[in-house]
Amino acid sequence: MHLLINGNSRDFDHSSLTVEALVTLLGLQGKRLAIELNGDIVPRSAFQATALKAGDKLEIVGAVGGG
Amino acid sequence: MDTLNIAGKSYHSRLLVGTGKYKDFTETRAAIDASGAQIVTVAIRRTNIGQNAGEASLLDYLPPEEFTYLPNTAGCYSADDAVRTLRLARELLDGHKLVKLEVLGDPRTLYPNMIETLKAAETLVKDGFDVMVYCSDDPIIAKQLEDIGCCAVMPLASLIGSGMGILNPWNLQIIIENANIPVLVDAGVGTASDAAIAMELGCQGVLMNTAIAAARDPILMASAMKRAVEAGRDAYLAGRMPKKLYSAAPSSPTSGMIE
Repeated sequence: MHLLINGNSRDFDHSSLTVEALVTLLGLQGKRLAIELNGDIVPRSAFQATALKAGDKLEIVGAVGGG
Repeated sequence: MDTLNIAGKSYHSRLLVGTGKYKDFTETRAAIDASGAQIVTVAIRRTNIGQNAGEASLLDYLPPEEFTYLPNTAGCYSADDAVRTLRLARELLDGHKLVKLEVLGDPRTLYPNMIETLKAAETLVKDGFDVMVYCSDDPIIAKQLEDIGCCAVMPLASLIGSGMGILNPWNLQIIIENANIPVLVDAGVGTASDAAIAMELGCQGVLMNTAIAAARDPILMASAMKRAVEAGRDAYLAGRMPKKLYSAAPSSPTSGMIE
C-alpha cells in the first residue's frame, strides 16, 4: 500500500492497514502524537477503527521546542 | 495573593517561556526551572518517522503534571494553517484548550499578519479554544482581539528574536489602559531591564524565549528574568514616584547642619 506520510512516499507490503497498525509499523506506539488523514484529524480513540487506503495522505505531528 | 489569571486558572509566575533554541533538553529544563515559569510554549511539527524511535521528546523533560503547555502556531502564515495546527495540538494534548495564536506576515521580520490573526482568532474562539494572541502593538487591533473573545493579548515589544526591548511603551500603555483581559509582552525582550520595564508599565506578564536561550549563560539569564519580572510587578503595584526635572527636596534634613 502506498501512503504519503509527512510529505514522504512510503510503500507497505500490506493490503489492509489501520491507523493503529501504521503507528506500530512506524515504531511510534505509545508516543504522544496527533494524526491528520487527508486533512481531517483522526482522534486517538479512532486509530483502531480507521482503515487506510492506497494514496492516503497523513500528517503525524508531535510537540517540539518553540517560542 | 497577586496572581496572573488566564482563562480561569491562576499562576504565581508572570514569566512565560519558550522551549526552543536550547542546546539540549537538559538545558531547556534547567533554564525553565531557573525561570520559575509555569506556562511553557511548544511548537507542533511533523514527527520524525523511522530512524530514531527511542529518541527522547521535549515533553519527557517537561511533564504535563508540572507545566501548562501553550502550543503555538509559529511558522504559520495563514489563518487556515494556524487553526489547523492548533486543532492538531488540541488532539495531541488530550483536549487542551489554552493556545498561543500567532500568524506571521513576513519571514524576514516575522512581523505578525493581523488580518489573518483576527480571522484565526474568530474561528478558534468559536471552536472553544482559550486564545492568547501574539499581535502588533496597535491599540485598536488589541481591542478587536479582546472583543472577539481572546483570553489575553500579547503585543510585541519589538520583533521576534531581535532583543531590541520595548520600542513603543506609549502604545503598550494605551493597550493596557483599554484592556479588560491580561496584556502580556511577547517578543523582543533582550535583557532583564526590558522585562522589568514591561511589568512596570502594567503588563500582566512577559513571554520570552530567545532572551534566555541565546544568553551566554541561559540558566543565569532565566533566573535574572524571573527576578526582573517580579521586581517590575512589585514596582508597578508600589506605584512609582513622579518624574520631575529636579526637586529641591533633598532626602536628608535641611535643618541641624553644623556651622
